[in-house]
Order: sequence, then C-alpha cells, then structure tokens
Amino acid sequence: MMSLLRGAYVIARRDFAATVLSKTFIFFLIGPLFPLLFGGVFGSIGAQVATRTEQPVIAVVSSKADFDRLHDARDRLADAIGDPGVVRLVHYAPEADAAAQQKRLLATNRPPIRAVLSGTLANPHLAGSLPAEDPLAMQVRIILQQASAPPTAPPTIATSTTEESAGSLAKNRAMTAWFAATLLFILTILLCGMVLSQLIEEKSNKIIEVVAAAVPIDSLFIGKLFAMLASSVTGIVVWVSAGALAIQLLKTGGLATLPAPAVGWPLFLALGILYFAMNYLLLGAVFLTIGAQASTVREVQTLSMPITFAQVLIFGFATNAIGAPDSSAALSAAVFPLSSPIVMLARAAERPELWPHAIAFAWQAAWVALILHYGAKMFRKTVLKSGARVKWRLFRRAG
Amino acid sequence: MLRQVFANQASDAAAVEAVNLVKDFGETRAVDGITLSVPTGSIYGILGPNGAGKTTLLRILLGIIDPSSGTRRVLGRERPIDAAREVGYLPEERGLYPSMHAREAIAFMGALRGLQLAEGRRRADELLERHGLADWGKKPIRTLSKGMAQTVQLLGTIIHHPRLIVLDEPFAGLDAINQARLEELIRRETRAGATVIFSTHVIAHAERLCEHIAIVAKGRVVFDGTVDEARGRLRPIVRLRTRASDGPWRSAIPAEARREGDQWVFELPEGGPEPFLKALIDGGAGIETLAIERPGLHDAFVSIAGDSAAAEMGQEKPQ
Repeated sequence: MMSLLRGAYVIARRDFAATVLSKTFIFFLIGPLFPLLFGGVFGSIGAQVATRTEQPVIAVVSSKADFDRLHDARDRLADAIGDPGVVRLVHYAPEADAAAQQKRLLATNRPPIRAVLSGTLANPHLAGSLPAEDPLAMQVRIILQQASAPPTAPPTIATSTTEESAGSLAKNRAMTAWFAATLLFILTILLCGMVLSQLIEEKSNKIIEVVAAAVPIDSLFIGKLFAMLASSVTGIVVWVSAGALAIQLLKTGGLATLPAPAVGWPLFLALGILYFAMNYLLLGAVFLTIGAQASTVREVQTLSMPITFAQVLIFGFATNAIGAPDSSAALSAAVFPLSSPIVMLARAAERPELWPHAIAFAWQAAWVALILHYGAKMFRKTVLKSGARVKWRLFRRAG
Repeated sequence: MLRQVFANQASDAAAVEAVNLVKDFGETRAVDGITLSVPTGSIYGILGPNGAGKTTLLRILLGIIDPSSGTRRVLGRERPIDAAREVGYLPEERGLYPSMHAREAIAFMGALRGLQLAEGRRRADELLERHGLADWGKKPIRTLSKGMAQTVQLLGTIIHHPRLIVLDEPFAGLDAINQARLEELIRRETRAGATVIFSTHVIAHAERLCEHIAIVAKGRVVFDGTVDEARGRLRPIVRLRTRASDGPWRSAIPAEARREGDQWVFELPEGGPEPFLKALIDGGAGIETLAIERPGLHDAFVSIAGDSAAAEMGQEKPQ
C-alpha cells in the first residue's frame, strides 16, 4: 500500500507541477472567464436594449401642466412597483390636426409609441393597439386617477414577518439544489477532456515503460487523477475568487440571492467541495480508463463527444430527482455511482439530515477505488498487453 | 558501498531467475518456455535477432507484463514490483517528458524508484557534471540532441544506485564515442556491485562486455552460459598454407575444408593439434603458415542460433 501511495504521489507531483507551471494553464484559468465576460457584456447591453425596447412608451398630447401631473403620478407608481414595469410618458404639444398627429405618432419608431393619450385629465382618450383590459391600459388608468386627485401621503401599513410557507420553501430550496447541481456538472464537464488525454503524453513519449517498471500501474492512475484534481481545484479557487470579487464589485447579490440550503451555507459549501471531488474522481476514473485506450489526440477527440453525451444523460438522470429528494428516482440516482454526487449535493440543499451524506461518501469512495483498480487492470491488459485476455465470451453469455 | 555489501551477501544467489516463462499475444507465442539464471554481479547479455523475444522477456522479468505461465524471481522477490527500488531500467523505446529539464528528469526517475527529490537533484548534478552535461541540466529535454537525451535517460536509470540494471538495446542510436562511454559505465556499475542485463543484436558488444550470455531465437533460449562456453562449442579454426599442392598430407585435413585464396580453412580435427601437425609433416605438406584460431562469439552464435538468425544479427555493425 505504501509503495502504491508513494508512487502515486511522485506521479501526481510531477503532473501537477507540469500542469500548473505551464503557460497553457494560464489559458485554462482565463478560459472560463471569457464566456462570463462576454455574457456580462452582452447581457448588460441586452438588458439595456430590452429596457429601452420593452418599456412601453405612451405619447401624451396635452398641455404642459397636465403632462406634469401625469408624469408625477407615473413616478409615484414607478416608485411603488419598480420602474421597468411602468409605462414611459413622452410629452407632445397638441397640433391643429389632432387626427394626423395621432396617426404620425403611432407610426414612429423613435421612441416606439404603443399608444397616444390625448384630451384632458377629466376627459382622456387613449388610442393605440391596447385592449381596455390590457395591463398597460390599466396602468394609464391608475396614472390618470392619481393625476386627477390631489396627491396624498401613502398610508402606513403595519407589517409582521412570518416563516415561509412549506410550499414556497421547498420550491426555493429546489432552486438552490438545481443551481448547485448545474454548477457541479459544468465544472466536471470542463475537466472531462483534460482527463481523457492524461495518458497520451506518457504513451506518445514512451515514458510509460519506465513508469510501469518502477511503480504499480494503479499508482499511475491514482497519481494522474489526483494531480488533475489538484490542478482543477487550483483553477476553481481562482475562478471562484474572481467570481466572488466580481459579484462583490457589481453588488448584484449573486449567491446571496439564492435561498439558503437546508444544511446551511457553510456546510453546503463544504459538501459542495467534497462532492465536486467525488464527482471528479468518479467520472475522472472512468474517463481516464477510457482515455488510456487512446493513442493519439485525434482518438481522444473522437471519444470526447460520446462522453459528453453520457455526462449530459447522467446530469439529466441526477437532476430529475430535484424537488423530490425522498423519491425512488432520487434514491436510484444516489445509488448509481456516477450521478450520486450531483443528486446528493442537491439533497443537501433540500434536506437537513447529514447521515445520508456520510453513507454517500463511503459508497462513492468505494466506487472510485473499484473503477481505478479495474481501470489499471484494463490498461495492463489492453495497452501493456499483460495478463489474461478479456473473456468477451462471458459478456456475451451474460447478455 | 551498500550495494557492494548486498552483492557480496547475495553472491551465491542469482540476481534473476526465470523458470519456463511463456508469453502469448493472441495466437502468437512471443516467449516459449524460457528458463535462465543471471548470476549476481555479472554482465549478462541477451543476444538475438529482432523479434526473437528479447524485449518481451525483459518486460516480463521487470513485471511490466505478466507471463502467460511460468515464474520469475528478481533479487529474491517473487513480484518484480517489490524489487523496483533496487532495479534500473532503460527501455528500448526511449522516452522522457520533453518539457522537463534534464536535471529534473533524472531526479524524477530517481523519485520513481524511491529516492528523495532533493537527493535526486544533488545526484543528478553530479552525474551530469561527470558526463559533461552540466551546462544542459537546466535545459528542457526537447532542446537536447538525441544522444544527450539518451545519456540523460541512462543517468536516470542508475541514479538510485540499483543492484540490478536492465538495459534494452542500450547501444542503439549511439555514436562510437557514446557507445564506448556506455560500455565503460556498464563496467563501472558492475565493479560497484551491480548486476547488469542488457539485450543486443550486435554481437561485438556482448563479446566485449559479457561474462554470461543467453542466445534467444524464436522465443526460446537456445544457449545460456558463459561466453567461453559458447565459444567452446565450436572447434578451433585452422588456416593452413602449404608449398605442396597435393600428396598424402591431404588425407589429414577434413573433407569440408574450403579454399580461401591460397589457404585452406577448416575446423581442427578431433584429436587436437599434435597428431594433426604430425600427419601434415609426415605427409609432406611443406607448411608455409599455420594458424589455429579460437572461434569468435559470432561463429558460436551462427553455430547455435543458425545462419538466418546470424544474418539478421549482422545487419547492424558496432561503430
């Protein structure tokens, strides 16, 4: 056992140093930030565009005094329910030909006018493609009502805070579960391609012979897997730090806007890290075994697509149980080793009990060991051409 | 020093023993019932043409692959991996991480064999200095010439002072100077107590270095013994030039004798040189020159492995 671990440590140390100290690791680190950056920039632009194009504009053809009262009433409404949801009012002085002015205003795109409000406060007229029961028409009606009556101070309402209802709490926690499971999936899928190609370097450089003669093949697998995990964790620490900093800077609320998970945030984050490690080790062990069969980068690329599909299927299987953590679907996903970490992290968001996590970790760790052991065996048989031949006949019989 | 002590303690035991090893790759039998014993402290050559099964045999002995049947012991251990810390291995297909510095590559290979990284770096510096590569220690492997990279890998093979050094075709790809350096390194390691096993298909290297050899052909060991024993399987070669072209003396030379220019070449007849010489003189041969030569390892190889194997062996000459 000691020689196994010692060998794994030597391999892991070399791989970690070779990965983290390489120039390409910088690209690995900044790679995921590009989509976020683009997402942020285009999201911001999109939001502005959406705000401008989606906030309905009402042309008000009236005296300046009437418009000011309408505008004040509109602002009060905006303060009460939020600006983006309230119509924008634009003033136009009445022209001699009211019908022609109305027609022209409804045809203009700058700004895109949805309706034209004319007449007086006492006798208003709204023209445009708005049915009477349309929420916008309702808004205009409220604004007119507020503008016609003398402004009054808002009434004071006594408030009392109650616990969330069971239904809304479950729904909110399911959202946290969904967010956590998705994050876990995205992080793992990012690393998948790298794990697949882990043994290409040794095989193409013929170092595999030296390593195989010096340490058990299991050490090679374990070392490679943990080196990759350590490199990933380094990357994640950078990404999370950058993300946290960005959130702090932008003051958008970020994670804080998510409902608190059932086990509480500190424990949930700790479980998140542990389940990420387990998810990575489980999928990584499988992919390392599969990738070890490939001899070239092209073969690895060919393998990538079915593996990505498989990951998506596993993710779908795991997230199917979100919202029903005690269902048979959730139990199945927790028992199936490759979906177990995702569904168990989701469970942590939805249920406060901790003992299922202890069982899950033991179960997942056993599977990691099992997959690594048989992966190394398969590598010896198929790549090093050692050991007994795989008895395919047994598989056929079983099938 | 420690290695010398171990070598002395185990001087009676074989460093490597193999009994009836068989290895099948599908329908192909690469190793076919090989039994051999490598004396501790010896330089042991495994000779054979390409495809004879030398590399497969070495990989089995080192535990890289398992035999289909048969057993092997390496430095007294049933499982070769248990002796890995005391073994150095230079595979036929050389390989190093191209981006790794030469010094780090050597230290890494030591670390694989249980050497502390710091100690590995210290020894790597010493070895690089001794082999004239000190200036290249902090350069990536990809910037080194092929010969330099091969030397670096060889230094990585011996950095942990192994008791058993296994070299698969170590002379391949080296120029004459580096071949001579490698021969010297092998002798030095043996003097320090190590056992060296190397495979080659160039007989001259084995002839210069080895005390013991195994000749492998078609997956079988067709000879296992000392170089002298191999040579001893052939009778000495006689080269004879006479003044008389014919006469009674002709009955003293074997019927298979052949003419090479103006001399006869044949194996020394049974009975030894004295009766043969007497028969020549009494028969009136008029001896001008007579040479009785001890057969070389190449001749022994031809005799043991056959002409076709010898023809393949002869394709690459030592430089």
